[in-house]
Amino acid sequence: MTLDVLAVVLMLFLLVTAWGVLRLRDLFSAAMLLGMFSLVSAALFTIFDAVDVAFTEASVGAGISTILMLATLGLTTERETSCPAWRPVPLLAVLVTGGLLIYGTLDMPSFGDPQSPVHTYLGARYLEEEPKEIGVPNVVTAVLASYRGYDTLGEATVVFAAAIGVLLLLSDRREERDRSSARALKDHLARDDARHAPAMKNRILRVSARPMIPSILLFGLYVQFHGDYGPGGGFQAGVIMAAGVVLFALVFGLERTRRTFSANLLEAMIALGVLLYGSVGVWSMLAGGNFLDYDVLLHDPKHGQHLGIVLVELGVGITVTAVMIALFLLFAARGLDDAKGDLHLENGAS
Amino acid sequence: MTELLELVGGVLLGAGAVVVVFGGVLILRMPTFYSRVHAASVNETLAPLLILLGLACFADGRFDVLVRLGLILMFLLLTSPMSSHALAKAAYRGGLPTGQYREQQRREREGRGHSEPSEEPDA
Repeated sequence: MTLDVLAVVLMLFLLVTAWGVLRLRDLFSAAMLLGMFSLVSAALFTIFDAVDVAFTEASVGAGISTILMLATLGLTTERETSCPAWRPVPLLAVLVTGGLLIYGTLDMPSFGDPQSPVHTYLGARYLEEEPKEIGVPNVVTAVLASYRGYDTLGEATVVFAAAIGVLLLLSDRREERDRSSARALKDHLARDDARHAPAMKNRILRVSARPMIPSILLFGLYVQFHGDYGPGGGFQAGVIMAAGVVLFALVFGLERTRRTFSANLLEAMIALGVLLYGSVGVWSMLAGGNFLDYDVLLHDPKHGQHLGIVLVELGVGITVTAVMIALFLLFAARGLDDAKGDLHLENGAS
Repeated sequence: MTELLELVGGVLLGAGAVVVVFGGVLILRMPTFYSRVHAASVNETLAPLLILLGLACFADGRFDVLVRLGLILMFLLLTSPMSSHALAKAAYRGGLPTGQYREQQRREREGRGHSEPSEEPDA
């Protein structure tokens, strides 16, 4: 009963936040409100006992995507361009689509209905057979990494492909290959850090960030390798570790972060994660099973399942960490482009 | 013993809730940006302290729960003041004038909005 009231209140919060996002013309505030929206939905998911989803929503939706949105806004503009107030055709399209979507929900089973297909067919089978077949305490991880391992491979590949697209669009590898230009960019970044990273000079931020960054990374590893036993897994762990690195970049400057996470290293890590995932599948084929059938990896099917789940989650974690760090560094370094353009002009003139 | 603990826990939780409400009201009612940040930072340190201590009273002495609550409390006490500090510092460096409420009112009356970026921070 209490939980029902709480859920209704949180849903109202969701409505209010969504309305606020729509009404605000200040994009920074809208981005922050979107983060709040994600946090409230994470609380809702927790009430509905979907802690894994809540974890993902809190770390991805409220955490890293807010950071990435703010970084993007730093490149573009803070204000939304106003559009004409009354445009009937888009409104009609939205109303028709929304109406159809709501009409579609009428056929869905009501919430918590024990007769719904999810609860009668596959879900029940997973819950009953999982301890015998796989034996990891967190059934969600078992479903994600083993039963639906093929889907998760697809998700990891989508993250990989998206990162490749962004790297192609934003990365300036060709310029970096040009030595002098690379050195100029590096000097520029160092100077820019000294000038634009006031956090670097701010002792309070430095002192309090220093013990936090290793703890965040440690927590990321815990989430990564504890995913079989509690909520967690590669996606959440990757985002948490990337958040630690982003905090480092914000406080100690881009140049020092780029020295540790060079573009080469990040690109290698992005590919390595997906490669590790796919290799586990090939390994299981070589061992005589189907693609991503972990039963055959070791002498005992359960041990094989454990090993396979740990390995594919590790692959997902590596890819997600590298992608998030790479995206943040690309966006943040992009903000210095105007000044860099000046540098190129100077180089060309001399 | 457990009843006493639950009583203490309930009082602490209630006090935490009251602090949160006061903090929320103050964020809305305080006149200047810096005083609002101050209200928010009280809200972010005292309220979690009270609420987490209250929750610890309901933990039945279970070690894992207590450790987790302690870790959450440490994390919050480390990060919340830091974020409030960063917020106020960023506003100060961005040129938001500090100073008394009446002075700011006078400024606004004279048409110098307090978010004017070119304005040098006084003090």
